[in-house]
Amino acid sequence: MEDYQEYNLSDALLEAQNLVGGYGKQTILQNVSLSLHKGEWLSLVGANGSGKSTLLKLCSRILTPQIGTVLLDGKAIHQQPANVVARQLAILPQQQTIPSGLTVRQLVSLGRTPHQPWWQWELNAEDRQMVETAIAQTQLTALSDRPVEQLSGGERQRAFLALTLAQNPQVLLLDEPTTFLDLHHQLELLELLKTLNQEHQLSIITVLHDINLAMRYSDRLAMLKQGVMKAIGRSDDVITPKNLRQVFDVEAVTVITPVGLQICLLSPSHTLVKSRDPTVT
Amino acid sequence: MSWHELWQALWHQGESINQTIIWELRLPRIIAAMVVGAALGMSGALLQGMLRNGLADPFVLGISAGAGLVAIAMITLGVVQTLVPVGAWIGAIATAILVYTLGYLGGGLSVERLILAGVAISSMFGAIQTTLLLLADDGRIQSALNWLIGSLNGRGWPEVNNVGPYVGISLIAACLLARPLNLLNLGDDLASGLGTSLVRSRLAIGAVASLLAASAVSMAGLIGFVGLVVPHGVRLLVGSDYRWILPCSAIGGAWVLTLADLLSRLGTVELPVGAVTALLGSPLFIWLLYRRGQRG
Repeated sequence: MEDYQEYNLSDALLEAQNLVGGYGKQTILQNVSLSLHKGEWLSLVGANGSGKSTLLKLCSRILTPQIGTVLLDGKAIHQQPANVVARQLAILPQQQTIPSGLTVRQLVSLGRTPHQPWWQWELNAEDRQMVETAIAQTQLTALSDRPVEQLSGGERQRAFLALTLAQNPQVLLLDEPTTFLDLHHQLELLELLKTLNQEHQLSIITVLHDINLAMRYSDRLAMLKQGVMKAIGRSDDVITPKNLRQVFDVEAVTVITPVGLQICLLSPSHTLVKSRDPTVT
Repeated sequence: MSWHELWQALWHQGESINQTIIWELRLPRIIAAMVVGAALGMSGALLQGMLRNGLADPFVLGISAGAGLVAIAMITLGVVQTLVPVGAWIGAIATAILVYTLGYLGGGLSVERLILAGVAISSMFGAIQTTLLLLADDGRIQSALNWLIGSLNGRGWPEVNNVGPYVGISLIAACLLARPLNLLNLGDDLASGLGTSLVRSRLAIGAVASLLAASAVSMAGLIGFVGLVVPHGVRLLVGSDYRWILPCSAIGGAWVLTLADLLSRLGTVELPVGAVTALLGSPLFIWLLYRRGQRG
């Protein structure tokens, strides 16, 4: 695990500066800044409604910030055409619409769209190679001609991941990629991301609800509370009993296991500090 | 007329009466049916794709209501009949713009808001239209109803020449929208992540679909079911890639309406083609739904 302080701010690949934004006129994020470096894996944690998904959407040009800028490789993404940004940055949203009738290969092929000029109707040789690589990386070769709707949850998630990989991005944003998966498939997906992160220098931001998985896989964590960046840094600085109490209202301890892995345990009493504020969704 | 005489007449040979029947009566009407059918099929495919809703048809954005209101107003008020197509076209386009404006208010162009705005405008205009019909003279009600059901009776070269070029250009433009449609199919977030501008693509798709539907309406009135059923049938045949669905829906719509028009003229009394498409379309639609239920 690298120390985030070693990074020089100026060589950030993706940099969010003082973002204020949300849906329509509603403001969810209040002045959040973030930087992601080449080959780094950052995880966003925080309670439901704390603005994690909003932050990802602002960073991926799905939403436009009310105030603030997002720089990708030094250029403001909201001032660039959407398809130019999509060649460098891919996002896997939380919930996918399963298109009926599409095979895995057809789905993954759509990932090449931002690279294709409007008159190009078919995949060219490079596109085809990228699609096959993405399918192979996600171990879907045997399933590539099956309709996506017939796949299991884990396979579907891998198919959509392959779609974003076919975009050939430098930065990949994933919104709760493990939510609907069982324990085995959660680890399988995260291991795959780890391989891509380490072997292909893919820079990753994930929203993860499982704090232990977030600590285990990511280089840095960012903790959001009600639209404000509560803490950002190495896991032992961010995942502290105090922060967990303030952000999640739970009593917890963090333990370093004999193999040097930090894990977070909910206190045996497992009591909620106070009843949750019903206005915070 | 035998096949041989038909063949001769097509090449401007043989008896002049046969030539006149082919060139001035049959052929222009077949071409008119194909133009209208292609426009309706394509428009339905575009809107079903954009709204991700299998119940969408060319009239879902209030086009029928707008065109209908203007046309019925003109007919019942006794405006010159030849102006009705132009009036219907303007009414259709104006309503589509109104629905889009309502859908856009409050930011973004969400699918739900577009559909709701279309439904609201349709029922409001429908109410005014019904009131006008109730107040109208008997003779005018007859011709108004004929227009509302949709008919190709008496349509020919003038309509094909006036409207055909717009339909042709719109059909070509529509085929270029296959890519954004394929992406919109993946949901709003993923589509924008893949570089689609949601607002711009929905504007373009809605504009082309409205132009097509308005052109069809101005030619033949409100012919239902073609724009609803044809894209479903095409999807069963060619899958869910809009690069295939769009052109096939246009071709399918052209053939279906030509066939329906032929059927409408078989009896001793000519039926309005809109009645035939609805009579044939409804059971076909139920059958499609049934088959889809079995598959899923």
